[in-house]
Amino acid sequence: MSLTTAQDPVRIFEEARSELRRARRSKEFLFAILFAATFAFSVVVGEVSIATLWEGLPSLFDYLADTVPLVRADHAAADIGEWFWAFPKWLALLGDTIVIAFLGTLLGTVGALVFCFAGSRNLVANRWVYYAARRLTEVARAVPELVYALIFVFAFGLGPLPGALAIMVHSTGALGKLFSEVNENIDMGPVEGVRAAGGNWFQIIRLAVIPQVLPNYISYALLRFEINVRSAAIIGFVGAGGIGQELMFVIRQFVYTDISAIVLMIIATVSLIDVTCEKLRHQFIEGT
Amino acid sequence: MKRMMVRRGNSGDAQLESARERWPSLFVTPLAQRARIYGAWLLLVGATIYALWHTGFFDVTRLIDGLGKLGWLLGFMFPPAANGWFLDFCEGILETLGMAFLGTLFAALIALPFGFLGARNVVTSAVIHFSLRRTFDCLRGVDTLIWALVFVNVVGLGPFAGILAIIVSDLGTFAKLFAEAIENIDRKQVEGVRSTGASEIEVMRFGILPQVIPVILSQTLYYFESNTRSATILGIVGAGGIGLQLSDRIRVNNWDEACLIIIMILITVSIIDHLSKLVRLRIIQAQEYRP
Repeated sequence: MSLTTAQDPVRIFEEARSELRRARRSKEFLFAILFAATFAFSVVVGEVSIATLWEGLPSLFDYLADTVPLVRADHAAADIGEWFWAFPKWLALLGDTIVIAFLGTLLGTVGALVFCFAGSRNLVANRWVYYAARRLTEVARAVPELVYALIFVFAFGLGPLPGALAIMVHSTGALGKLFSEVNENIDMGPVEGVRAAGGNWFQIIRLAVIPQVLPNYISYALLRFEINVRSAAIIGFVGAGGIGQELMFVIRQFVYTDISAIVLMIIATVSLIDVTCEKLRHQFIEGT
Repeated sequence: MKRMMVRRGNSGDAQLESARERWPSLFVTPLAQRARIYGAWLLLVGATIYALWHTGFFDVTRLIDGLGKLGWLLGFMFPPAANGWFLDFCEGILETLGMAFLGTLFAALIALPFGFLGARNVVTSAVIHFSLRRTFDCLRGVDTLIWALVFVNVVGLGPFAGILAIIVSDLGTFAKLFAEAIENIDRKQVEGVRSTGASEIEVMRFGILPQVIPVILSQTLYYFESNTRSATILGIVGAGGIGLQLSDRIRVNNWDEACLIIIMILITVSIIDHLSKLVRLRIIQAQEYRP
């Protein structure tokens, strides 16, 4: 018994396969053209030039090599001392940076606490209040810290004050969203309980919501602090205090070994804070 | 609560007393723990007061002056206006997108081989693994904006410096993420390809790559989003993009134009977020439905 050509399974399979491949190929072709167009456009707009890179590459390696200080084996201590010649000053500036990040995170957390309950669908009956709180925090976190810093430096003058304010506003937005999401995932049983006992809105928040969400709040705030230390280190580029101002100065003035010294100190500080915060976070999450 | 149980009668009273004796920590927080809690609060309050004083929040005249000025400039921000610069702003936004696109693309392409080298199941040498990972950590540890300042010195002002800054700082992140993706693959496919007598390169191409491509693509798209955000501020240090125009407008007091630029940045970023989320979902779905 032989199969007719229409029933031949191999043929049916091959036909279906080539059909599929054709469909896919035309899609892939379209995608490739789109990609090539975007690429070409970006190269033109981005002023990418292999020649500049080719000329610049040796100077980049020279630049990086220049940041490596001369440390001789016979008097290494003295050489390292010379490399970090302004150690106390830089340490004080890093202290400023941490203070800016700390204050920004703390005030940002307070700001987020103000908005987060209004921005939780399960805690607020009024839709307008909910939308207003959500949109406000959205705008607060969508604008980069550095832009806030530029504006606040104009308003308040140079120094750590505008830096802390910039980080505060951005953190209010970022934490407000996270806190609201935590609030929306709580167990509603305790809320019903407090409401049944005659508690008003503030008592509901205090007695039914806060105990459930506090560990998460603290964990998110600590995470934000880690991020903010990084931002506070560069916020000085626009004059908002901290180590960034000094880093900008030495980069602009080509004080090569100072650049590497300051960058290394920033990396060390950031990792130290990361490790400490991670330990604290685990304590808070496990301790409750 | 405690009172009520006591009033209920002798048996409840006795039970309560015995419970109090057996688990005293349930009734009174131990002194050491209380001391620790109060100490932590004291530390936090002290640190806050110091930080407020140190950053100048107690300088009330400055604060009031600043708030006044802030209100004044916010008033000038509305209504936002282009004053004939709209096309230049659009060009700046497109330049920003181009920078993010090329930076992310090249960072991902360069990071791919390093991802293979840094994966423990591809290159087993602990020395290579350790040294590569630490190099990536250092690249990642330095912020994009710092790299941008460095590259402005090396290749001059303009978007090219920004692209290079994005490439270098993301190289570390991508290499780490890709190496982790490769370390998490299913061993069986690799064994299968190897059992057919394939070379190491063929094992990577047919055993490893098909498994990690979706992960790599979706991570790359995710970083494209994040780089769009960071590319908007690279211009502040002269590395191209819309940031240059924004910081110029702020420095010369053109608040209505600055406000328009900020609004344009917000719209662009949200469009990119949306598009990239769509594409990422499609990639993940294509992965799941593959027969």
